[in-house]
Amino acid sequence: MNRIVVEQKVLNENQRVAAELRERFRQNDVFSLNLVSSPGSGKTSLLERTLEAFSHRSRVAVLTGDIQTENDARRLARFGFPVRQITTGGTCHLDARMIEKHIAGWNLSDVDMLLIENVGNLVCPSSYDLGEDAKVVLLSVTEGDDKPLKYPSMFAKSELMVLNKMDLLPYVQFSLEQARENARRVHPGIEIIELSCTTRDGLDRWLNWLQSRRPGTPAASSGVGVNSLPRQL
Amino acid sequence: MHELSIATAILDRVAVEAKRHDGARFIKVGVRIGELSAIDPDALSFAFQALTAQSEWERLALEIEYCPRVQRCRQCHTEFRCAPCETECPACGAAETVLVAGEELDIAFLEVEDA
Repeated sequence: MNRIVVEQKVLNENQRVAAELRERFRQNDVFSLNLVSSPGSGKTSLLERTLEAFSHRSRVAVLTGDIQTENDARRLARFGFPVRQITTGGTCHLDARMIEKHIAGWNLSDVDMLLIENVGNLVCPSSYDLGEDAKVVLLSVTEGDDKPLKYPSMFAKSELMVLNKMDLLPYVQFSLEQARENARRVHPGIEIIELSCTTRDGLDRWLNWLQSRRPGTPAASSGVGVNSLPRQL
Repeated sequence: MHELSIATAILDRVAVEAKRHDGARFIKVGVRIGELSAIDPDALSFAFQALTAQSEWERLALEIEYCPRVQRCRQCHTEFRCAPCETECPACGAAETVLVAGEELDIAFLEVEDA
């Protein structure tokens, strides 16, 4: 019997496309984030609060993934920044090829920051590199403090955990201490930011984190109003 | 959860190898699945069977080697298998250990029928 040694990553093709994307982002000085969480943790709300805080000079673009509907793109487009919806039609994660396809036509040299909202799912998106600089995992206090232990891969691969819906903490059985400890058990170096997209408490820490990772991004404009200038790439 | 995509990616690779080894009749493909890969071996086997049934790969078997999570201690360099989230070194008790195995999602080999 003959054996052919293959020794390839199953997701070799995804890795190849992700590496190409990463190189394109690097050449164009684009800082990219892959936002992951369960459905309903607040990824779109966090993006709304983020875009709302950015000044109209910010060069931000957003890709938002869902299995169905263009609802998120509609919610995010009203801030005036370029937004594209990726509708996967059933696939439970985004892959690098989808990113490549949906940034086509955008001039990356006009983008400082690309925010990618993954499909709500704590399992599959952890396997697919999108060429991003960092993964950010959201966990909301209504989900339970043991999620990092139940879905270790996602928390192990994320640089930052955002604990959202902190305003609901008094009403739910959720130990902040336990959540922090669980996250650090699967990823000792993980950074943690607590905030509420509803009350906006803690949002400044998130914006500061973004700014620390992508210096030069004009975050936190003093005006609160919605940016109404349509922007083209 | 995305075992069908993984099975498809495996068969894509098999097709590439088939072109490379013209005329070879593949009877088995061997893969390594790590404990942390978020892939369920049973679901992968099921997806693989569903995709290969009544196809040109009908006779191709899937062999899965399941790879447990292994950590290495930064202090004493002991390597140990660990239960999820119990990553402390069992030898010296150090908390700082690094992952050395368990994330595999690899195609290892193809077996070819003797001519």
